[in-house]
Amino acid sequence: MSDSTPSSRVQAATVKAVLESVNPTPGAPKPDPIFVGDDITRSFGGLVAVNVEHVEVQRGSITALIGPNGAGKTTFFNVITGFDPPNTGVWSFQGSSLAGTPAYKVAREGMVRTFQLTKVLNKLTVLENMRLGAQGQTGEGLFKALIPGLWRKQEQEITERALGMLDQFNLIHLKDEFAGALSGGQRKLLEMARAMMSNPTMLMLDEPMAGVNPALTQSLLEHIKELRESGITIFFVEHDMDMVRDISDWVIVMAQGSIIAEGPPNVVMRNTAVIDAYLGAHHDVALTESGESLTQPSVPLTQSEES
Amino acid sequence: MDWMTVFQNSFTQMIGVSAIIYCLAALGLNIQFGYAGLLNFGQAGFAAIGAYAIAVTVATLGLPLLLALALAIVGAVIFALILGIPTLRLRADYLAIVTIAAAEIIRQVARSVSLNDYLGGSDGITGKYAADWYALNPFPAGIDTALIRFSKNDLWVVLNGWVVVAIVVLLTWLLMRSPWGRVLKSIREDEDAVRSLGKNVYLYKMQALTLGGVIGAFAGVIFAVAAQSVQPDNYSTTLTFFAYAVLILGGAARVFGPVVGAMIFWFLLVFVGQALNNAVKAGYISTDILRTDQVGQVQFMLVGVGLMALMIFRPQGIFGDKKELALDER
Repeated sequence: MSDSTPSSRVQAATVKAVLESVNPTPGAPKPDPIFVGDDITRSFGGLVAVNVEHVEVQRGSITALIGPNGAGKTTFFNVITGFDPPNTGVWSFQGSSLAGTPAYKVAREGMVRTFQLTKVLNKLTVLENMRLGAQGQTGEGLFKALIPGLWRKQEQEITERALGMLDQFNLIHLKDEFAGALSGGQRKLLEMARAMMSNPTMLMLDEPMAGVNPALTQSLLEHIKELRESGITIFFVEHDMDMVRDISDWVIVMAQGSIIAEGPPNVVMRNTAVIDAYLGAHHDVALTESGESLTQPSVPLTQSEES
Repeated sequence: MDWMTVFQNSFTQMIGVSAIIYCLAALGLNIQFGYAGLLNFGQAGFAAIGAYAIAVTVATLGLPLLLALALAIVGAVIFALILGIPTLRLRADYLAIVTIAAAEIIRQVARSVSLNDYLGGSDGITGKYAADWYALNPFPAGIDTALIRFSKNDLWVVLNGWVVVAIVVLLTWLLMRSPWGRVLKSIREDEDAVRSLGKNVYLYKMQALTLGGVIGAFAGVIFAVAAQSVQPDNYSTTLTFFAYAVLILGGAARVFGPVVGAMIFWFLLVFVGQALNNAVKAGYISTDILRTDQVGQVQFMLVGVGLMALMIFRPQGIFGDKKELALDER
């Protein structure tokens, strides 16, 4: 297929260099796509939430998916991970088609997601949450579960891996707490760590920074960069433009269900189509004489410029 | 007033056949509702399948009891599949509606006139359908002590019944400390999270529904064998709701919850009834206030008030952990 396998260490610099050569247009083909989607649509009644003609995600990259509220980013995530049935569309991951595949099989293929509204398992301890993430557990079969000898050793290994992961994510001191007792930011961390327990090839994060305090944000960013260093492809939805600028190799911009722009972060953020989508096409035009403003939802795109 | 009899009857019922039946029904619900979060309101239907499997196979067709037992299990599995296949992909409330209706369908079919020859209509089936098994009874006679009193046959039923309960409790304990149990509890908390981690949620829910249903069928089997008869109206929604009361009283998602819940429930129910009855007879309560034929109703009212008080002051049940319950309120 290609020269870089998921296990090989992909250097950030090379990914960036490779993506430099990609023409920054919507639906641009990538040299080594891990994910390819075509003609994906999803509508709710008359509202077309997602209408993506073509999209590719480069293997080993950190790809951001941005766009104003209601652009269809989360719905797109839901569709490609099997949580929401599309109206039309085909997509493949590492060459195998995933259209119509149930969510749990998508996860087993290596496309593991987190949720915008964190889904931790409240009445399980942090450690149990982590253990659940591990794949191929013998003890998860009804009959094998009855004989502890069959799964105890594996459980031990899983526990050690979980403890190591919790340590990395600074959650080790909370391992015996109920997950429901964690703060919002800690839940985000736990969800990400739990997703990592399932050894994903591509980790899909839906707004990983929402509700996380700035001190934690920095360490979270480091984690994400480290994940990429270990060969995992990251595909994430985010509103925080600082984060997008800081860590992403490639940015895909959606508005009203379609991809309107693509490119490296510095290129995309100067793109007029993107600025128009976020601020409205007339944002730099003087207010009308009557004093009414042409309203569009304000977005954090401007935050970085202000701060 | 005869306190001795009141206590003797109460303690006898605390470990008697009814306690065993409701304990088993609640143990099944514990797996479905307590651990997996499935709202099965049709446990009476599973119990009816168990009871009628015994009655029809042994009494009507004259086949051996062990075959009847196997048929009870197969019947419960099929019923669980019929209920689960269309509903388990949907939200929890749909299962609740479908199960309550399906259990009533079973009861109505069992008491229908057109099936009178096979299922005995509203009178059910009465007969010596466990004679061989009763013949195995090693007890020479019943017992009659200060605390408990059982006939020879009841003693044999109760002994075997508690052995079945012990096996089911052991099974639950083994399962719930395993990774399988962890997946089940996770499904109760958030299905989508479990799906996103590569687990086939639908399969686990089906397994939980089936397993709990088979345990419920055993409640019916014991009911039929102990009473030597089945009546369709014993398998109405009341059975299901009593089983839920037992489960919540003991504490859902606790291995011993249903056992202790069933014992307390039956002790209280019988104690209140017997005490009131005796008090009226002894003249402590004037017949202007309460007659003995009204005790049956008042007994349930008082136990109901008691359950309400429990929900207010100890909502987690006897064994539950209040800290866990508080997590829901976040």
